[in-house]
Amino acid sequence: MDDRERYLPLAPGLHPLPLTPTYGSTVKRAPQKAPIVLPQTLSELTGPIMGAEYVQAGFDDLTHQHDGEPLGERIIVEGQVLDENGKPVSDTLLEMWQCNAAGRYRHEADQHDAPLDPNFSGNGRVLTDADGFYRFITIKPGAYPWRNHQNAWRPAHLHFSIAGPSMLTRLVTQMYFPGDPLLPLDPIYNSVPDKEARERLIARFSLESTKAEWALGYRFDIVLRGRRATPMES
Amino acid sequence: MRLKPTSSQTVGPFFHHGLMWLKTPDLAAGASEGEKIEITGTIVDGDGAVVPDAILELWQANSHGRYNHPADRQNRKLDPGFTGFGRICTDKTGRFRFTTIRPGAVPGVDGKPQAPHINVILFMRGQLTHLYTRLYFAGDPALAQDEVLAKVEPSRRSTLLAQPVAGQPGHYQWNIVMQGEKETVFFAF
Repeated sequence: MDDRERYLPLAPGLHPLPLTPTYGSTVKRAPQKAPIVLPQTLSELTGPIMGAEYVQAGFDDLTHQHDGEPLGERIIVEGQVLDENGKPVSDTLLEMWQCNAAGRYRHEADQHDAPLDPNFSGNGRVLTDADGFYRFITIKPGAYPWRNHQNAWRPAHLHFSIAGPSMLTRLVTQMYFPGDPLLPLDPIYNSVPDKEARERLIARFSLESTKAEWALGYRFDIVLRGRRATPMES
Repeated sequence: MRLKPTSSQTVGPFFHHGLMWLKTPDLAAGASEGEKIEITGTIVDGDGAVVPDAILELWQANSHGRYNHPADRQNRKLDPGFTGFGRICTDKTGRFRFTTIRPGAVPGVDGKPQAPHINVILFMRGQLTHLYTRLYFAGDPALAQDEVLAKVEPSRRSTLLAQPVAGQPGHYQWNIVMQGEKETVFFAF
């Protein structure tokens, strides 16, 4: 294995620490021992190829999965998936899930007293194109209460899961909305130690992405871990 | 110019409808070669309480020790029907189960063979960044030469070993413990 194929080290402060006591669920679930640092082998430099067979046309539009259209503010969320070297990550699977406009997930464990929307399931998926671009059409999720602390509310967010080309590019994250007054109060958002890294989880309102007379647009670029050097194309 | 990677956030408790459309408890479904095995286990937290909302993603080589991935350029046989990928979640009792084929040995650093293993990524509510671990097979003579296991203090190695279930050939038990004396070994790369 050529050393240039190995991935760049992770910068400190980028990812949350396992134990984040303000997020109560971490207290009994965060490992207490430090992870053992290993060299990157073929086991990590490879990973599942999650490609076109998982996606059909229309899976990127969460507003047309039922007979009627969901209630709420229609939005467009689009962006580019890149690696640290600025190289687009093409043909990779993005999975997205969210609650409805009232702040309720279609999930049996969600007991929030807010209505389900018969026209909204809240999950979609898409493959990035040749230049790493993706686009979802959905409705803006609501805020919802959770039992983490007294009067705790999650800011509106979309969950994203991205595969990337190897085990080391795997990423699950959340996208937030600009100007949300709940962000400074949210232990999950604030679990990212680095302020700039945290703020990169907030989508940017984008007039270019906005479609006149139809929907506001937001731009959310995603950057995956990159290799030490771009491998030679064979 | 280098870009800065996007930070991780938890999958939360409501991931099922977003991720579990892809449920692959039988990795061996399309495999034409290799010994079929079954792995079962339970995930528990620091109080010993079961974790009913965890996802495991599995990634492994085929029976010849070849990953179904373009970065694996070894001159070894591919089994086109075997992707080597699986995604499962724990049930309400914290249990998980999958079937697969026993992986072959893949090369480690400097080409020296690693003991056969399954790579595991773990996600759950209460975990802000996913964790990496590995499942090895107890009783495998290759364990003694494995350079990864050599980095793990001997008293903790057993947390990475799936144990054969007595009287059930091909069935292994492997539990994941998040905290405490028997805390599972996790890795960083």
